[in-house]
Amino acid sequence: MAAKDVLGRRGEDLAVQYLEQQGLVVLSRNWRCRQGELDVVATDADRLVVCEVKTRSGTRFGEPAEAVTWRKAARIRRVTQAWLAAHQVRWCEIRFDVLAVVAEPGRPVTVQHYEAAF
Amino acid sequence: MGLARAWSVALLGVAGHVVEIEADVGGGLPGFHLVGLPDAALHESKDRVRAAVVNSGRSWPNERIVLALSPATLRKAGSGFDLALACAILGTSGVVDQAALDGTVLLGELALDGRLRPVRGVLPCLLAARAGGMRRVVVPDAALAEASLVEGIEVFGAASLTEVLGWLHGARRLRRPEPVTDRDGPCPPDLADVVGQDDARRALEIAAAGGHHVLLVGPPGTGKTMLAQRFVGLLPRLEPEEALALAAVRSVAGRLPDGGALSAVPPLVAPHHSSSMAALVGGGSGVARPGAVSLAHRGVLFLDEAPEFGAHLLDALRTPLEEGEIRLARAEGAVCYPARFQLVLAANPCPCAPAHDRDCVCPSLVRRRYLGRLSGPLLDRVDLRARMFPVTALSATGGDAESTAVVRARVLAARAAAAQRWAGLEWRTNAEVPGPVLRTRFALPRSALRPLDAGLRAGELTARGADRAIRVAWTLADLGGRDRPDRELIEEALFFRDRRAA
Repeated sequence: MAAKDVLGRRGEDLAVQYLEQQGLVVLSRNWRCRQGELDVVATDADRLVVCEVKTRSGTRFGEPAEAVTWRKAARIRRVTQAWLAAHQVRWCEIRFDVLAVVAEPGRPVTVQHYEAAF
Repeated sequence: MGLARAWSVALLGVAGHVVEIEADVGGGLPGFHLVGLPDAALHESKDRVRAAVVNSGRSWPNERIVLALSPATLRKAGSGFDLALACAILGTSGVVDQAALDGTVLLGELALDGRLRPVRGVLPCLLAARAGGMRRVVVPDAALAEASLVEGIEVFGAASLTEVLGWLHGARRLRRPEPVTDRDGPCPPDLADVVGQDDARRALEIAAAGGHHVLLVGPPGTGKTMLAQRFVGLLPRLEPEEALALAAVRSVAGRLPDGGALSAVPPLVAPHHSSSMAALVGGGSGVARPGAVSLAHRGVLFLDEAPEFGAHLLDALRTPLEEGEIRLARAEGAVCYPARFQLVLAANPCPCAPAHDRDCVCPSLVRRRYLGRLSGPLLDRVDLRARMFPVTALSATGGDAESTAVVRARVLAARAAAAQRWAGLEWRTNAEVPGPVLRTRFALPRSALRPLDAGLRAGELTARGADRAIRVAWTLADLGGRDRPDRELIEEALFFRDRRAA
């Protein structure tokens, strides 16, 4: 695994840990289909929470959340449709969140949670 | 996070509008959204403001930032909003106190390192801020002298974003403008330098006294340009509000002299005859910028070699001559600039223009066409026409020419007499008085008007031309210390109108 993938994996672990602390139940991790991948799919009992996790080792090249562009958002929406179909969920409220994880070497890791980001 | 407000000013021509800038931070992915019809330069402020804030050692909110410029339907242009945008954003995180921002207009472009750069049009911005009920204004240091011309609002100068933030905290002081000292500036050259040319001198004296437009016709080298340059010296100094209106136009055009002191000397603008329409009357894409006619507001527009100007250029002068302002409509709105200037035209009698007219080799048709380029409607607005003659002897006239000071004293006395007569009415010089008023309230006796009747009957004079002759006659009366013009003065006025003289 490349270094960036290791970092991403670590970030996703931290994100899941964070979400579970918030009382969410994680349904899927790294769910893939032809259109792409969903990092974390969770639920807070009322609605489906689809999370995009972005991890960076520093902010020199911008905040991680800035890397979630409208194209990325559109892809996540499409993949979410596929997820719903695959799991035969008929209708439910969906929230799209972004979790920005900054893991700078030698500093405590920060997780910033943008609820209903798009 | 939250909401914060700051204020700036949007300019449309020389008219400004106070713009409220609201910043809302939070509720979404990091991003910067600027709404309220910003132009390209204002759109780019996103990147400038962010870099300036970060490089000033402040933290940039990692959230969705919405900046709304209100009134939202007004187009906003330029980089002058940077400082206000930065302060509004910092206001949402509590770095700046909202109470400090209230009633404060912030103007200036930010450099990436947080320095504050000067912008155009600070003076009209301040006038708009004052009219909009704002208490204080922060401007870039370089514009402080210009800003000091506006009274009734507190003005502060800053060199960087850090200074402004410190000042909003109450932790540091900003520079205040120094009191304006020199108001006169350099004097125009003296009238005594011009040799001979009694007719033309007399015409300029009348023009200065009554605010009339004038045409000088004569061979090259007889001093047309010299006289026109000295004409400004005969005019009275500008009133403070006139000087301010002129300075506002200059500020928008980016032509305010350094040091910024309000100049009370009437301007002399002499565009070359190759000038474009946009340079002469104002223009440009988007929002029109002021041209020569507006830069000559309350001063003199001197068109040397007038027949060489394109006919459409000269005719474009007709509306500002009548109305004292010019309205220019462009894609992003119509603007109105002041343009109350005195027109001084200079022309050669023909294209070959020898020293003595009898040596002319031009065919008569060419001669007629040459001055014919000055259209009838334009010449109808020119009250005074003076012939200039070649100088025959330098020694004969040396030394006894009247100086600017002597003539100016007579001009000011005549202007005072006119102002007294028109006191309580809306005009100040004879040239501004509408014709109907001259024919009714200030009607002259029939006997005095007889030469005009003859001229009208013979078709040598238009009705407007007759009105103008009456105006010149009033000016002659003011100069001669008489209470009203008589037949003799009307005849003298007609002498300066005679088409054959030109």
